[in-house]
Amino acid sequence: MTLPSATPAPPDVGAGTVLALQGISKRFGAVQALKNIELDVRAGEVLALVGDNGAGKSTLVKTIAGVYTADDGTMVFDGRAVRVGSPAEAQQLGIATVFQDLALCDNLDVVANLYLGRELRKGRVLDEVEMERQSWELLRQLSAKIPSVRIPVASLSGGQRQTVAIARSLLGRPKVVMLDEPTAALGVAQTAEVLNLVERLRERGLAVILISHNMADVMAVADRVAVLRLGRNNGVFVVSETRTQDIIAAITGATDNAVSERAARRSREEGPAS
Amino acid sequence: MSLHGSGTRPQDVTGTPAIPEANGIDQLPADLQDERLIATSGISGAVSAFTARLRSGDLGSVPVVVGLIIIWAVFQIANGSFLSSRNLVNLTLQTTSVGVIALGIVLVLLLGEIDLSVGSVSGLSAAVLGVTFVNKGWPLVLSLLVGVALGLVIGMFYGALYTRFGVPSFVITLAGLLGFLGLQLLVLGKEGSLNLPYDSALVGFATRSFLSPALAYALIAVVVALYVLTRLRTRTARATAGLSTAPTSMIAIKAAALALVLLIPVLILNGDRGVSSMFLLFLALVVATDLMVRRTRWGRSVVAVGGNVEAARRAGINVRMIYLSVFAACSTFAAVGGLLAAARLVAVNQSSGGADTNLNAIAAAVIGGTSLFGGRGSAYSALLGALVIMSISNGLALLSLDSSVRYMVTAGVLLIAVTIDSLSRRSRQAHGRA
Repeated sequence: MTLPSATPAPPDVGAGTVLALQGISKRFGAVQALKNIELDVRAGEVLALVGDNGAGKSTLVKTIAGVYTADDGTMVFDGRAVRVGSPAEAQQLGIATVFQDLALCDNLDVVANLYLGRELRKGRVLDEVEMERQSWELLRQLSAKIPSVRIPVASLSGGQRQTVAIARSLLGRPKVVMLDEPTAALGVAQTAEVLNLVERLRERGLAVILISHNMADVMAVADRVAVLRLGRNNGVFVVSETRTQDIIAAITGATDNAVSERAARRSREEGPAS
Repeated sequence: MSLHGSGTRPQDVTGTPAIPEANGIDQLPADLQDERLIATSGISGAVSAFTARLRSGDLGSVPVVVGLIIIWAVFQIANGSFLSSRNLVNLTLQTTSVGVIALGIVLVLLLGEIDLSVGSVSGLSAAVLGVTFVNKGWPLVLSLLVGVALGLVIGMFYGALYTRFGVPSFVITLAGLLGFLGLQLLVLGKEGSLNLPYDSALVGFATRSFLSPALAYALIAVVVALYVLTRLRTRTARATAGLSTAPTSMIAIKAAALALVLLIPVLILNGDRGVSSMFLLFLALVVATDLMVRRTRWGRSVVAVGGNVEAARRAGINVRMIYLSVFAACSTFAAVGGLLAAARLVAVNQSSGGADTNLNAIAAAVIGGTSLFGGRGSAYSALLGALVIMSISNGLALLSLDSSVRYMVTAGVLLIAVTIDSLSRRSRQAHGRA
């Protein structure tokens, strides 16, 4: 089996592209964590970012989110080159990131968590009623299933907590939302809930970057899949035209290893993957 | 999306906000539409919601109120004059300074930190008041301001050490406990004891100033009216926003309960000298702190930092400023408490703020129900906890038992309170209310 036409997509900073990375490199001491990364994501598109452990996914996400600054390369946001020096700057630009640990305050209720750091006020006093009303409006738009916004976040399920974290990232009216492993450690139903939510973000015209290890999730919601391997681009695939094993081959970097052989054998037995 | 209905798949992926029309869920307020919610309505609903909260370990101030009732009952049986008007007025006077100091401790505990030096800081500010006002003849207001400012500066110093160098607050304030005790002795000099002039305004305020009965009753009326008014306003605002509202009967019952809780003690206190101005100042500070914690962005940030520092930082909260302001507020409250204690005892000496002041204040905050684990507590726990601590001390004094017994009883109550805190925390986690 040969690698399909998986040439990295040319960096087209054309119509619809919200965020484009051009030649992003980052090194930590002697380790080249990222090398010449090219990536672009359009409005209303879910771009999955996949790769094996140590491929550089987290580094890339943190670079985009402003936690790290790239050593080299440019980041084009909304048609102009930008420099993101801190997470706050990234948020102001319109890049929201939901990290894996969610960063919620368990002792506060859903409304307080949603509006943490940007509470609505009437004079000097918190406007709880308006915050609660807008919380419901937002959660309703996302068709999110939260039983009550006045219970501490500690009492919510993993999927609901993820929902709260994602909803919070939307309050800043971002254009790009990055989700770091949103379905890790979630059950079947909760995973489906979060994937629904991702689709809803796409419907709202947001550019979504989804980092995931789970190929089933990636194939279920993503429009395109960008593969990182050992800190370099290893192909961008359009999901509707690609089979899972091709992506896995790109992730593992070989066509003759155990994973891709097994996948290929299975697909021969079962017929072409849907 | 609906989970019930036989034909519906558990995961409805069509994505439309499919609110079923048939069962009239549309008509419900926005916050009651989820079918998984255990809907409670009316007074019986409020009662059952309250018991459910208690069962899950969210005890709030229930243990301390129950404890206070038991303590009062025991002392009243042991000595019939414990609940007399005269003794209760004394109790309010004794409670104030420890309560004010405990108020600062509540704030620090909300952050999950501790301040062990409140006793020394209160003693130092009292010493500064004594020396400047009595020995140097400064105007009273200036002396008071210097005393309070001293607390503020000390707290900011703690906050700076904590935020800049990451020294644990336990160690910083332990150093403060020793250091400021030393400074207090230095400031007081050789004599070591100063009497405040009995006819000064400060001493008058702390020992002889009481509200007239009419004024006390008028104040209660104003407080209850304000309560009802804000509740009704919230109710209208929520109704306009399409959210669920509390029934007016509920508001009426709560207002009546509030009126009773205020009226009965005032009736008893008015049997003797009445409500002390100093105690009223303490109550005002408690209410103000409570509003600051619950209703302002600063307070929300304090609770958030106490719950999850990293989340608060990522939410854009200026975490350093929060630590700094809370340490400053704590030491300022300690200084104010020290000044009030000096005024009430009409003297400043080497043991001002010494002995058990420190631990009484910390114990009061914890006994009152503020968690040692951060992110959970209320300004009212300073009031309730200080009442418990001072009731024990007052009651044992009435029984002519000396300090040895008092220390041991207070220690027992503190242990019980901390155990309840730990147990209820575990239970809250099990019930998802951590």
